[in-house]
Amino acid sequence: MRKEDLETVIGLEVHVELSTESKAFCRCSTAFGAEPNTQVCPVCLGLPGALPVLNKRVLEYAIKTGLALNCSIASQSKFDRKNYFYPDLPKAYQISQFDQPIAYDGYVDITVDGQARRIGVKRVHMEEDAGKLIHTGDDIATATSSLVDLNRAGVPLIEIVTEPDIRSPEEARLYLTKLKTIIQYLGVSDCKMEEGSLRCDANLSVRPRGSSKLGTKSEIKNMNSFRAVFRGLSFEEERQKEAFLAGEEIVQETRHWDESRGITVGMRSKEEAQDYRYFPDPDLPPLAIDPTWVEDIRADLPELPDVRVARFIKEYGLPDYDAEVLTTSQRVADFYDDCVRLHADPKAVSNWIMSEVLRLLNAEGKELEETPLTPEHVTKVLKLMDEGVISGRIAKDVFEETFHTGRDPEEIVKERGLVQISDEDELGRIVAEVLEANPNVVEDYRNGKDKALGYLIGQVMKATRGKANPQMVNRLFKEKL
Amino acid sequence: MELWDLTVHELSRLLATGEVSAVEVTQAALERAQQVEPAVRAFVTSTADQAVVEANTVDAARARGEQVGPLAGIPMALKDNICTRGVRTTCCSRLLEKFAPSYDATVVRRLQEAGAILMGKTNMDEFAMGSSTENSAFFPTHNPWDLERVPGGSSGGSAAAVAAGEAVFSLGSDTGGSIRQPAAFCSVVGLKPSYGRVSRFGVTAFASSLDQVGPFTKDVTDCALVLNAIAGKDELDPTSVVDTPPDYRQFLGKDIKGLRIGLPREYFAEGIDDEVKEVIMKAVGVLEGLGAVVEETSLPHTEYAPSVYYILAPAEASSNMGRLDGVRYGRRVEAPDVDTLYNRTRSQGFGAEVRRRLMIGTYALSAGNYEVFYQKAQQVRTLIVRDFEQAFTQYDVLLTPTSPTTPFKIGEKIDDPLQMYLSDICTIPVNLAGIPGLSLPCGFSQGLPVGMQLLAKPFAESTLLQVAYAFEQNTDYHKQRPQVTVGGESNA
Repeated sequence: MRKEDLETVIGLEVHVELSTESKAFCRCSTAFGAEPNTQVCPVCLGLPGALPVLNKRVLEYAIKTGLALNCSIASQSKFDRKNYFYPDLPKAYQISQFDQPIAYDGYVDITVDGQARRIGVKRVHMEEDAGKLIHTGDDIATATSSLVDLNRAGVPLIEIVTEPDIRSPEEARLYLTKLKTIIQYLGVSDCKMEEGSLRCDANLSVRPRGSSKLGTKSEIKNMNSFRAVFRGLSFEEERQKEAFLAGEEIVQETRHWDESRGITVGMRSKEEAQDYRYFPDPDLPPLAIDPTWVEDIRADLPELPDVRVARFIKEYGLPDYDAEVLTTSQRVADFYDDCVRLHADPKAVSNWIMSEVLRLLNAEGKELEETPLTPEHVTKVLKLMDEGVISGRIAKDVFEETFHTGRDPEEIVKERGLVQISDEDELGRIVAEVLEANPNVVEDYRNGKDKALGYLIGQVMKATRGKANPQMVNRLFKEKL
Repeated sequence: MELWDLTVHELSRLLATGEVSAVEVTQAALERAQQVEPAVRAFVTSTADQAVVEANTVDAARARGEQVGPLAGIPMALKDNICTRGVRTTCCSRLLEKFAPSYDATVVRRLQEAGAILMGKTNMDEFAMGSSTENSAFFPTHNPWDLERVPGGSSGGSAAAVAAGEAVFSLGSDTGGSIRQPAAFCSVVGLKPSYGRVSRFGVTAFASSLDQVGPFTKDVTDCALVLNAIAGKDELDPTSVVDTPPDYRQFLGKDIKGLRIGLPREYFAEGIDDEVKEVIMKAVGVLEGLGAVVEETSLPHTEYAPSVYYILAPAEASSNMGRLDGVRYGRRVEAPDVDTLYNRTRSQGFGAEVRRRLMIGTYALSAGNYEVFYQKAQQVRTLIVRDFEQAFTQYDVLLTPTSPTTPFKIGEKIDDPLQMYLSDICTIPVNLAGIPGLSLPCGFSQGLPVGMQLLAKPFAESTLLQVAYAFEQNTDYHKQRPQVTVGGESNA
């Protein structure tokens, strides 16, 4: 058997921090980055006698996510306690959902190498986050003491668990990208992995291709970026395949992704795994989900990425690629929609956004909403080009200034005298001057060196500081030569 | 009659007419406490200084002609598992010996708004686990009726404080009988409201699905008055119910003619002291004389209640008390690593009975045991609930002894947990069913108090008060006071 005969099976557990204003079971703020232990109260500190009260927005967001992931929504749900001792867990139990998740049996569609793949979503459940430990010293092993920050304790999370349907690290990456896009469209989380508002653990196993039995899995933790997920899973996939082919036993264990060393390291085997002693939380009455409310939430769902892609293709005649790129971010897609409303050529708008807008955003590391750019800016630039007022090259310069300053492109063109010269007499005079000044080049051209023409045109552009109408200059040269 | 001996409604009248001041009433209670406390030991923390300040505030408000609360100037005591801001709340555990909460329980807030004056925090079995108050980490409380005997538990301090005249009323908590049994032992009125009637917010949880806070009072009228002050929805307790409770005073004095009372035979069976039965049956005769229709009935699943209770309550407790880990508050026993810290803190911080129950509860929830113990117990709990539902289709009230015996001696059962657990056989099913239960003084056996327990369907506290009041009006057990013997001298 060779590596190619082995199949990788991956399931992902994604924790998404919900962007509610207050915590899941108390009124403390969820704002990121506050001084330690300033966003706490008896409830999230786990003081004796304190009781949790469910933030209804958490339930709404969880249902919204469930619907967007094509899940069924439970009519009866409940919260359970997951009991374990850890200094960042003030009550010594986490309020979570065990056997009645709020949403179940959904899916996410992804495109892998042009092929559609459906990844099953097993369940979506609600839970609360724990606090954070800050170790004094370089790492947990050498720390002499640890401090506890409970600002994050009680912040609402949803956990989204896939079926073991993912077949490669690349599919995992595509699934995560898609999931993040959907969640951002819903507005239920900002999905910032660097702030921990999106976290991903993975289960990975290998098996001979064609086998329907799952192999022994390892659980990989601490992958803190999409890139880390890809790298971590790629490493683990290789490690398990090699072990499998060498006839070594693969043990069920939790493995830690070490970003700097680029390897996964075994932590503890499942034999010593904790018994969480789940039981229904007697402090929180069971949830009876009103189906009318669910339908209201469904009706309020935004246009989701898949639907939007289809619409862009159908309504604007865009190629699949353009539609995918433009819809990755809801803001960009909205921006595109707005531009098209102002400009008759959807493909020209798409080209400009994909080449210019996304390039500048990438270069600056910014989100669209962090720039002063408006749809009018884009369409005005396109219009200036269409009407021959400015050339494509000038347009890029003008747009870049607009991107940075938010100034009106027409104004910039006017102020800097960038209006294209399309006056045949004036250009004819300049062309004549260039011809006269470059007899050798003219000679070259006449001897069949086509490149010589480019040089001559360049000279005209130089003389006009790029404002000459390039088509007209081209025609004039051809006439005179 | 001495001021400390009066009831809430009697004192309220005197305070309203200006015959006495809140300071005088408070001083009287403090002096009484000074006198009897060395013998009774009901309190673990006194708030005497603060009490006088608060009493002055009440008097000043009244002097200015301001509207004061319905319990203004009335001295009260609170069980030490009810959080009081800035006043240590120990649950009578070494682990929380120095713990002063940063917030008030909802019941405390409501009683303060009603104007009641806090005299102190009362002794209890550690974390409310026990039936005699002997499991307090600090000292046992003595029954004012016989100082060699227990006051019952776990709210023994609260019961004894009212019986001995150290507070006019008090609050306890009841998970399996912890208000009713000590009320019976100390011959005071004790009410465990329906689950959800009174907020649990700020009351250190023992078993969340069973716990309920309620009053100890000298008579039924006072019980209605205190219940008025503490009952009702609390936004901070999702298990508190939404509907607005009635003014419970309106049910006092209502005729009980034709009212149907059931005597469940399982509560008069083996294990119930014959003399206790005799006293109860005499009380039943009084109610019959008032026109109540009394019949024998059956609650067939009663015998399973203790087994169900001793799985569910410890299971919930094992989770509720995980937070007492020495990390954020309470006592910490230092250790080189965190697991050892947990171990040392909890094994040195908790007493034997608490450790026993936490182990039982942890076991009952563990993988492989959950279905056999916890889940099965929940199923049987449903059967017990149905027994009561069935009975209440035929009866307005069920009547039973509160406790199978009169108060036992200090030390008598402490080394025999099973015997101790049986002390609650009449009260445990009531918590499992979530229904209200009231214990009422109904006589004496060899000079020791006997209490009868009245039960009604959920949220029918009104019916309990109606029947209890009718009984009280036709008997004088509630007027009898213990002779507290201090230093060999009897002190009425």
